[in-house]
Amino acid sequence: MSQTKLFDAAAATDLVNELRAIFNSGNTRSYEWRVSQLESLLKLCVDHEEDICDALRSDLSKPALESIIHEIGMVKGSCKLAIKEIGNWMKPEKVQTTMTSFPSSAAIVSEPLGVVLIISPWNYPFFLSLDPVIGAIAAGNTVVLKPSEISPATSSLIAKLFEKYLDTSAVKVVEGAIPETNALLEQKWDKIFYTGNGRVGRIVMAAAAKHLTPVILELGGKTPVVVDSKINLQVACRRIISGKWGGNNGQACVAPDYIITTKEFAPKLVESLKQELERFYGTNPLESKDISRIVNANHFNRVSKLLDDDEVSSKIVHGGEKDKSKLQIAPTILLDVPRDSLIMTEEIFGPLLPIITVDKLEDSFEIVNSGTKPLAAYLFSNNKKLKEQFVACISAGGVVINDTTIHLAVSTLPFGGVGESGMGAYHGKFSFDAFSHKKAVLYRSFVGDVPMRYPPYTDGKLRFLKALLGGGILELIRAILGWS
Amino acid sequence: MEASLEVLRESFKNGRTRSYEWRIKQLSSLIQFIHDKENTIFEALYQDLGKHPVEIFRDEVGIVLKSANNALSSLHKWMAPKKKPLPLLFFPAKGEVLSEPFGLVLIISSWNFPLSLSLDPLIGAISAGNTAVLKPSEYAPVFSSFLVATLPLYLDDKAIKVVEGGADVSEQLLQYKWDKIFFTGSPRVARIVSSAAAKHLTPVTLELGGKCPAIFDYSSVHSNMKVAAKRIVGGKWGPCAGQACIGIDYVLVEDKFASELIESLKRILKKFYGENSKNSTSIARIVNDKNVERISNLLKDPKVAASIVHGGSMDKEKLFIEPTILLNPPLYADIMTEEIFGPLLPIITLNKIEESIEFINARPKPLALYAFTGDETLKKRILYETSSGSVTFNDTMVQFVCDSLPFGGVGQSGSGSYHGKYSFDTFSHEKAVMQRSFLIELEPRYPPWNDFKLKFIRLAYRYDYFGLALLLLGLKK
Repeated sequence: MSQTKLFDAAAATDLVNELRAIFNSGNTRSYEWRVSQLESLLKLCVDHEEDICDALRSDLSKPALESIIHEIGMVKGSCKLAIKEIGNWMKPEKVQTTMTSFPSSAAIVSEPLGVVLIISPWNYPFFLSLDPVIGAIAAGNTVVLKPSEISPATSSLIAKLFEKYLDTSAVKVVEGAIPETNALLEQKWDKIFYTGNGRVGRIVMAAAAKHLTPVILELGGKTPVVVDSKINLQVACRRIISGKWGGNNGQACVAPDYIITTKEFAPKLVESLKQELERFYGTNPLESKDISRIVNANHFNRVSKLLDDDEVSSKIVHGGEKDKSKLQIAPTILLDVPRDSLIMTEEIFGPLLPIITVDKLEDSFEIVNSGTKPLAAYLFSNNKKLKEQFVACISAGGVVINDTTIHLAVSTLPFGGVGESGMGAYHGKFSFDAFSHKKAVLYRSFVGDVPMRYPPYTDGKLRFLKALLGGGILELIRAILGWS
Repeated sequence: MEASLEVLRESFKNGRTRSYEWRIKQLSSLIQFIHDKENTIFEALYQDLGKHPVEIFRDEVGIVLKSANNALSSLHKWMAPKKKPLPLLFFPAKGEVLSEPFGLVLIISSWNFPLSLSLDPLIGAISAGNTAVLKPSEYAPVFSSFLVATLPLYLDDKAIKVVEGGADVSEQLLQYKWDKIFFTGSPRVARIVSSAAAKHLTPVTLELGGKCPAIFDYSSVHSNMKVAAKRIVGGKWGPCAGQACIGIDYVLVEDKFASELIESLKRILKKFYGENSKNSTSIARIVNDKNVERISNLLKDPKVAASIVHGGSMDKEKLFIEPTILLNPPLYADIMTEEIFGPLLPIITLNKIEESIEFINARPKPLALYAFTGDETLKKRILYETSSGSVTFNDTMVQFVCDSLPFGGVGQSGSGSYHGKYSFDTFSHEKAVMQRSFLIELEPRYPPWNDFKLKFIRLAYRYDYFGLALLLLGLKK
């Protein structure tokens, strides 16, 4: 048995100190360093596409195409965008100054925060590890990445590839489970970026509070899909299926969790979903190579338990097949499950899709808003008024009309949750901002010093200040001339 | 408490606070409140802190009026969804970012600027359409009671509530689930606030303080010595007698110029506050006994006391501490390791002014950094080699009134920022909204997977539309 050194709090302290020294040396601040690291990351993706796909297949039976679209392709896209834009992002942003501080000029300078910790999950173990790392590097920070122990093949591949491609003095990977994570969380970081669930999110935030460390929490929640009747049903169903089962078999934070539609329309919707599911995954989806499996036995049991309730299992209208030895659960649709059952109170994070029916579609708002705020909310409708209401009334991290999950691939939109689904956002420039401090800079000259700012204080100075802060030129002149 | 919070939650839920009209009405009422009660405010802040009306107007009343007016005139623009370009691949589609209110927010403010540090964040919370609970500090009791009694007469009391009380009340408030907490105060309490927020995953904005340094590069600014000295005195003793989070904590200067700087500061002090500053009405007093005690303890160390070169007297009865200048107190002493938050100004000398960068970096990140210099190289080095909430060249405090600049700390000096549009953003969730139609369906998005779909996706990721066209036409292998 090989002896591995225990990664405890002392080791974590050493690691942080080492990274802080590197950060203080200023190495990671230069444009050149940032770009060279991002280019290496890009090269890593190109050189090792097959290895990455293999690791993801081993961890999740993820189909290669899914791995390429959702993980490697996304990372490459983020890298390319950052490499192209980083020069612009780093430039100080000039802002207007007011008359109150005239004459002056002002700018906002983005500076790296220092030493940051990124804790990533198992469901998109490659993308959700590297995407925040890209932001942290682009902003000029030193980084520790803690990938998930639940996807061990990908985690160790990332550790191995980072060693080979990146500046290991500034970017480190710590593999491990809860003890290692706890050792890391005890340290003082300049930012913690966590992707995962609300329970651990609370632990991360509480640990961060001790050191006043700002956090970004990318969590999940029950993402609803509201489906109207007068739509292109086939296209809608394909987009729902691709968001639900096509993304890691429902084990995704932005996957549709449940559907709300009208009583009247529900049978048609179920029928169409079944048809398209068959087209995608064949008549026996447990045999399909185009769908991921459940990550491990724990999660298999957790998802199975959601169906234990008779009141729930009797509502299965499609699927329900399971193969524990292969950790597979077929795409399963349930109609009209009780709202107080486990499947409707917990995030499903698996291939089960309950459909809740309402009399009028407007009633769906009340259902969605009665729960905690989800990471995403989807609506399929051609009704302009309904769309407007949905966008205005549903609070969620992001909203997509007539599609699912694709907002995640748009770098111009901030990606992040609100309330129980998290705080802070990233992607594109937002990733750079997430790992930067926006330093306010004001340049003043010595001319035009206003004596009214200073003591001894008099009534005349009060009149002057009122005019000055009021911003009215006329009042100002009157005050200076002593007319008011 | 629970019942009154339920009223606020209900108001948010039924959409009362979301409309543009409601927000405008509250902001206008807030301005009306300030206009109507200006004299009462002057009186209350005089009683709590001995502030002169000019100081109150400059640092508090004027600030709040400016913020409220700015919000009034900009709100429409702030609320408008921001269009975002989307890749052609998603055509036809529309992307935008919509700012939505968080819900029920808690604002805990501090005693040193009881009006502006209460109402400035409240303006942000209202502008963004939230319901809010404001807890002003019990250390400014006259003002706090006045606010509790008077503000509800002006603002919608079903949506905005002022709660009076001390640490026990704060503790009680922190038990509840808020959608956002905005805290101004010390790092010690900030840790308590953050820990409480963590239980409910509540995002926090922390406006803290720290030891704000002023770098004084004598050789490049000596021709403007008088203005510079005024701005240092104005930035140290002007705002609440040094009890300000962005007040100068200490000055760094080269050895050979220290005495010249000290002489200038003394001259300006005399000009501002007269021969006997104790009799001046132009300087605030220390807030309470506890703080007089705390500040006088900073001078207890004999080595520190021996370093006093100006002032040093105090009248504990009248809560007065004289503007005091110290030359090179020991760096290990409390006065150089803790935030002073009072009228003491240590001057620390260096061989070369460039050493100030290392000096500052050896300490926690301050909220503000001031540098008096005309040397462009030094400016650049300060800007890119140190870290602080803000950097102001050749002046003090004025960054605070500049609405186009985010105001907030980093590291130990806080997280998050506000002022102007940033106040609106601090109390808003930026919701990403993407709208698509059912037209144009890209088949290769969907399983079953095959080689054609893989090729298609590879090209799509490169936004290689020409390649895509060829592939679709069967012209590309």
